[in-house]
Amino acid sequence: MSARIVVAGAALGGLRAAEQLRATGWTGRITIVGDEPHMPYNRPPLSKEALVGKAPFESLTFTPKASAADVEWRLGTKAVAARLDERAVVLDDGSTLSYDGLVVATGMRPRRLRCPGPLAGRHTVRTLSDARGLRDELTRPGARVVVVGAGFIGCEVAATAVGLGVAEVTVVDPLPLPLLGPLGELLARALLKRHEERGVRFALGAGVTGFEGRHRVRGVALSDGTVLPADVVVESVGSLANTEWLDGNGLDLSDGVLTDEHLRVGGRPDVVAVGDVARFPNARYDGVPRRVEHWSIPADTAKHAAKVLVAHLAGAGAGAGAGTGLAPFAPLPTFWSDQHEFRLQSFGAPVLGLGDVRVLDGDPDGHPDGDVLVGYHAGGRLAGVVALGGRAAASAAARWRARLLKQPALTV
Amino acid sequence: MKVVVDMTKCQDHGQCVFAAPDVFRMDDGGHLAHISDPDDALRDEVEEAADVCPLQAIRIED
Ligand SMILES: Cc1cc2nc3c(=O)[nH]c(=O)nc-3n(C[C@H](O)[C@H](O)[C@H](O)COP(=O)(O)OP(=O)(O)OC[C@H]3O[C@@H](n4cnc5c(N)ncnc54)[C@H](O)[C@@H]3O)c2cc1C
Ligand code: SF4
Repeated sequence: MSARIVVAGAALGGLRAAEQLRATGWTGRITIVGDEPHMPYNRPPLSKEALVGKAPFESLTFTPKASAADVEWRLGTKAVAARLDERAVVLDDGSTLSYDGLVVATGMRPRRLRCPGPLAGRHTVRTLSDARGLRDELTRPGARVVVVGAGFIGCEVAATAVGLGVAEVTVVDPLPLPLLGPLGELLARALLKRHEERGVRFALGAGVTGFEGRHRVRGVALSDGTVLPADVVVESVGSLANTEWLDGNGLDLSDGVLTDEHLRVGGRPDVVAVGDVARFPNARYDGVPRRVEHWSIPADTAKHAAKVLVAHLAGAGAGAGAGTGLAPFAPLPTFWSDQHEFRLQSFGAPVLGLGDVRVLDGDPDGHPDGDVLVGYHAGGRLAGVVALGGRAAASAAARWRARLLKQPALTV
Repeated sequence: MKVVVDMTKCQDHGQCVFAAPDVFRMDDGGHLAHISDPDDALRDEVEEAADVCPLQAIRIED
């Protein structure tokens, strides 16, 4: 039988991995296993234009490249175990797939709140079916919505709900400002103002202690004693890595799958990880392995990981790093987030420069809806930029991208 | 090679401009403009652009 690469996870990371394996010259079999029933689709619109109804859910499916036409898809099938020493993956239908190379692309799932109370009416937003279910409930007349967690997905869903005409939308978070962790105080304050002006309410500095209601949620109880009336609750409190299927192989799975600087897993040249689930050191920064949940990362990781894996399987890369001729993986992270009519556009690693935030352009205290460009610095050097505003703001951020790309590694 | 951008999907992210500056650019108003029949030598660039478009608005028709 011809050689085979198995890809676990059939979303953006898995698809891009298969395409890049072909682009790198892999002519053997490729089998992709995915527990969702769908072909890979685009997730960012699920909290934005698709939730608001502007993009039909069916339009979110990716169009695989022609080179990936002969990939075998095992959809609706879950990888439940792996025996890396034997190069085998066990599926929930009882079958076992043997492989020559393995790509880990199983991504994340939403973390859930562990609080007493009914389950009905509580939502997360990760999958197509999540978004369909949430949209149905958001569009019921008079729905009162509580979003738990003021991160990117929470803030986007709150903005979308207001855009859908929901009159009562409240965002709850134990921190004093939305998106404080990833963006720092300056932009967090500006965002809070913009959300409030558009009708989003905030209950900040409070945690959720329980859900009220008999059969479905009617209220959300907070740590400060208040109860927010609610018909729909959206839990956007972070995510957990889907790595249980890799248990028992001696891997570091403490937060995603730990990889080396070439995205290899557990010192094995035949196993690589891509996308949200990969915790990799970025040679552009301090070498500390981190997971990066940005849309751009699946494509970046897939490109590098495919080269590494194919070089190994072709017999070139006998030892660590040898033969591939590749420089260590060093992507420039980039993300965007759309909230109301505003876009946040980021390049680089703002989180590494939260201690030294400078306004590069615009006036955050000036016009309430004006464009703002902020730089994040570490050791006096630029680590990342974030623009908040309209198209011009995003273009301004893009002009700093070249500078971030050219900069030597930021080791602080 | 024929490049088609679905302008009903495109939201002027500009990621395609980074990937294939010879084919895509932002006009003065911050909107996307592109060459619809680029040279075949630019295929890799354009494929990369299609990959990184967050709205998956770029299609390559041979
Ligand atoms: C609502 C939402 C909005 C977002 N918005 C933005 C944005 O505006 N900007 C931005 O930069 N990023 C955004 N992101 C992040 C971006 O979508 C992710 O980074 C990207 O989808 C990660 O892709 P992935 O393939 O690595 O992982 P995933 O998309 O998580 O895919 C993993 C796949 O593997 C499957 N799987 C898991 N376990 C198994 C198993 N054991 N066996 C088989 N299959 C398995 C999962 O079901 C899933 O289909 C958003 C994400 C969400 C959810
Ligand atoms: S990357 Fe996509 S959305 Fe952005 S400008 Fe190009 S075509 Fe439009």
